Amino acid sequence: MTSGTQTMNKNTILNVEHLSMRFGGLMAINDLSFQVKRGDITALIGPNGAGKTTVFNCITGFYKPTMGMITLTQRGGGQYLLERLSDFEITKQAKVARTFQNIRLFGGLTVLENLLVAQHNKLMKASGYTVMGLLGLGSYKREAEAAIETARQWLERADLIDRADDPAGDLSYGAQRRLEIARAMCTGPELLCLDEPAAGLNPKESLALNVLLNGIRDETGTSILLIEHDMSVVMEISDHVVVLEYGQKISDGTPDHVKNDPKVIAAYLGVEDDEVEEVIHEELDGSAH
Amino acid sequence: MANSPVTTSEDSSGLMAKAIKEGLFAGLLAFGMFLLYVGIETYQNIDNKLVWRTRWGLLAIFVIASALGRFLVVGFIKPHIDRRKLAKAKAGIPEISSEKGFFHTHFLKIALVALVLYPPLAIMLSGVQGSLKFVDNFGIQILIYVMLAWGLNVVVGLAGLLDLGYVAFYAVGAYSYALLSDQFGLSFWILLPLAGILAAFWGIILGFPVLRLRGDYLAIVTLAFGEIIRLVLMNWTEVTGGTAGISGIAKASVFGIYSFDVGAPNNFAKAFGLPMSSAYYKIFLFYVILGLCMLTAYVTMKLRRMPIGRAWEALREDEIACRSLGIDTVKTKLTAFAIGAMFGGFAGSFFAARQGFVSPESFVFLESAVILAVVVLGGMGSLTGIAVAAIVMVGGTELLREMEFLKHVFGDDFTPELYRMLIFGLAMVVVMLFKPRGFVGSREPTAFLKERKAVSGSFTKEGHG
Amino acid sequence: MEYFIQQLLNGLTLGSIYGLVAIGYTMVYGIIGMINFAHGDIFMLGGFAALIVFLILTTFLAGIPVALALLVMLIVAMLVTSLWNWTIERVAYRPLRGSFRLAPLITAIGMSIVLSNFIQVTQGPRNKPIPPLVNDVYHFGDVTISLKQILIVLVTSVLLFVFWYIVNKTPLGRAQRATEQDRKMAALLGVDVDRTISITFIMGAALAAVAGSMYLMYYGVASFADGFIPGVKAFTAAVLGGIGSLPGAVLGGLLIGLIESLWSAYFSIAYKDVATFAILAFVLIFKPTGILGRPEVEKV
Repeated sequence: MTSGTQTMNKNTILNVEHLSMRFGGLMAINDLSFQVKRGDITALIGPNGAGKTTVFNCITGFYKPTMGMITLTQRGGGQYLLERLSDFEITKQAKVARTFQNIRLFGGLTVLENLLVAQHNKLMKASGYTVMGLLGLGSYKREAEAAIETARQWLERADLIDRADDPAGDLSYGAQRRLEIARAMCTGPELLCLDEPAAGLNPKESLALNVLLNGIRDETGTSILLIEHDMSVVMEISDHVVVLEYGQKISDGTPDHVKNDPKVIAAYLGVEDDEVEEVIHEELDGSAH
Repeated sequence: MANSPVTTSEDSSGLMAKAIKEGLFAGLLAFGMFLLYVGIETYQNIDNKLVWRTRWGLLAIFVIASALGRFLVVGFIKPHIDRRKLAKAKAGIPEISSEKGFFHTHFLKIALVALVLYPPLAIMLSGVQGSLKFVDNFGIQILIYVMLAWGLNVVVGLAGLLDLGYVAFYAVGAYSYALLSDQFGLSFWILLPLAGILAAFWGIILGFPVLRLRGDYLAIVTLAFGEIIRLVLMNWTEVTGGTAGISGIAKASVFGIYSFDVGAPNNFAKAFGLPMSSAYYKIFLFYVILGLCMLTAYVTMKLRRMPIGRAWEALREDEIACRSLGIDTVKTKLTAFAIGAMFGGFAGSFFAARQGFVSPESFVFLESAVILAVVVLGGMGSLTGIAVAAIVMVGGTELLREMEFLKHVFGDDFTPELYRMLIFGLAMVVVMLFKPRGFVGSREPTAFLKERKAVSGSFTKEGHG
Repeated sequence: MEYFIQQLLNGLTLGSIYGLVAIGYTMVYGIIGMINFAHGDIFMLGGFAALIVFLILTTFLAGIPVALALLVMLIVAMLVTSLWNWTIERVAYRPLRGSFRLAPLITAIGMSIVLSNFIQVTQGPRNKPIPPLVNDVYHFGDVTISLKQILIVLVTSVLLFVFWYIVNKTPLGRAQRATEQDRKMAALLGVDVDRTISITFIMGAALAAVAGSMYLMYYGVASFADGFIPGVKAFTAAVLGGIGSLPGAVLGGLLIGLIESLWSAYFSIAYKDVATFAILAFVLIFKPTGILGRPEVEKV
């Protein structure tokens, strides 16, 4: 595990600077700055209502931030100012994919079709924006087969291969979560943003999720930014943790650093630090093993 | 009709008491509802003054029929259905068997062959002149609706955008053909694609500002656009001929080789030494519209398997998820709108060539409603279901025109045509109540790894717009 | 200037009628999220009920005071259309509640076709003219106000107040608002959801009947086809004002009435409906939830 560096360098994929988001009179995010390192799993944690999902929505373009700059640097060196792009352009051009807190699958499409929809832009190009494909010209047929192959690989990784031809709405909750991640990966992202991927999962499913996420990081080199409540997931898989409270950053560093930060403990328990420090220690230690 | 809980006891006397009670209530309700409208008839007398007379007999029939109907439903029909359902559930037989028979798997081919053979069969059975009715009133009429409904299906069934003004594009196609053939003397085969392109163009123009709207707001704006186009056609008299419309529209020809104009030297009947009849033109038109339908079906099926078609369906399921996957939803909606409009334009120019006459009367909201009803009754997205719905709904109401024998039953004042739309409306309600997802509720997946399994209608969504 | 004021008054009158019908659309939409396409035809039924009652009254009670006749017409029309709307909701909409969203829309369109054709079949396709009920007019300079215009605006205002009171101040209104917010939760908290929805339909029908009767009084003619165009305009009014909002429906109705009469007066009668629909499209493009509608926050 590496310690979080605050300087911008080539290894930084996402740089959030002075991000603020105001809803009417409510300051949901207030002057937030943090960085996501390439190849890391970075976790964004904080109590309910801290503004985590709002940060996600700003990064992925579903909200326009009131202030601030979000810079994404691709492996090839290309830079994008995400606050200037619309939601679909962020996925299409900047290569940022996301999942949703309340799973958003295409329930009436099959599992396989869900993954094919995710490869839309690639396939549109290959089909000559439909015209060539309709006439049976060009490379569409080959690309369509390649897309199914990509989908198959992700289905195997997500352990969904047996359900490929079933409607996505028919999957169990845990399987839906994995499918949503697999679908996001089919867009070929450099940064994957996961909104509470472990919420509502049983321990077994949670474990499968950890394996999937570690696999994504290690084998595809995709950086991951995730929001999580489940401390066992956070402590086990993340390389870097950013803690939010009331729209502001209160701590930032390695999991070890963060879990010993008195401010974090206070934020989570809302009581005097020393009173509960021991308790939280035990709890975190217990869940980490 | 009180909202009483379902009784599980087999106590038949209790059931009868309930049936009688509900029957009486229904009778009373019917009395209140029909007293003024059925019990009293208003008419103008010789002085053009509005007067009234009573129709107690008819009112009594309405009331008794309602009471008896409700009594039978509560007392006999509903318990019977419940018992059957219960028996089925006990036996453990799934409601839909997954096995498909020969007819089912080859349905499309069989249907196509039947349609190709339909005109010769009609001639064989009722002669050249007699076949006119079958080919024109049933064949062409139904196929036009099939085509329109398949076109609207792209917008509503696949992309999930509720369009209540589809008839506008039908009108654009029809007037494009009528005006351009009149002004420039261009032939049907040039104007057909042109009408489609113009309609698609209108689809984009109208769609661009409004596709950001969601759900019912989109519905009302499309309805408004449909009405605007109709009103402009009605009032822009210098160009469109106003309410009188445009008549004497040129007929389509067999690709310019044979003509159907009576005086033309290359007249079809003359060229083949056949007796003069308007039936040949109708039979030709039947094959033209059949071809257009096939084209619509082919393009729709092909597009569903392409990224754009999948994006449409994904859009219907969840627009936000689409955007998170990098899909430009505005462009995707616009293409659905434009392609749907294009098919409407094709159908419109065909309509103009068939009628030889267009007027705003043909493009009222009711037409949009009928087309939408066919799409929903058929089962959104399903080409087969929609075709079946068109046959049942349009063919069924056409059939009413033919029911002259009813005059002998109900007397000479009885005009079955008057009841055509009344029955159409009732059928819409009844079919929806029994099959809310239409005749074919499931959807065929567009790709599969191991086996193609139909997706049950309970998973698919209906879109937000 | 007098001409302008005159047109303003005409627009206000027409707008009041549209507003009354629009409330029915907006209440039903608010509570079950459905476009009740048959509502325009309920309005038409109301007009016909008033017409028939008027004919009966003038036959049997020739010397009846006009005010009393109007009152009887209104009450009977309200009762009859309420019965119809209650039954329609019960038979054609309730079984489909919670099912596929387009299904109730299609049954509503079906019902609309059924109702207009039912009247066409039972009462004949011709326009039904009645002699004018209220003839008095008052002159203020060049501006003419007829008593029927005053009556229409007055009745509308009174009814609006009554309905506003019911929705905002009574337990019934609270049940309606709760059902609107969250039907399941309302049911769990003891609100009789079915009954509340039924009452909403009855209220909408009663208002439509009043509007239908006044339309008959204003124009002196009824026709089976009268449900569609005023119905669509009233729905347009509801959407323009922000569907689901009661004041929005009235505001939308008044706006549509004004646009219609001013456009006819200054531009062309032929294109008055085009103007109405074009302004609707225009407003929605810039304010996608209508003038008084709550902005829809996209939940991600």
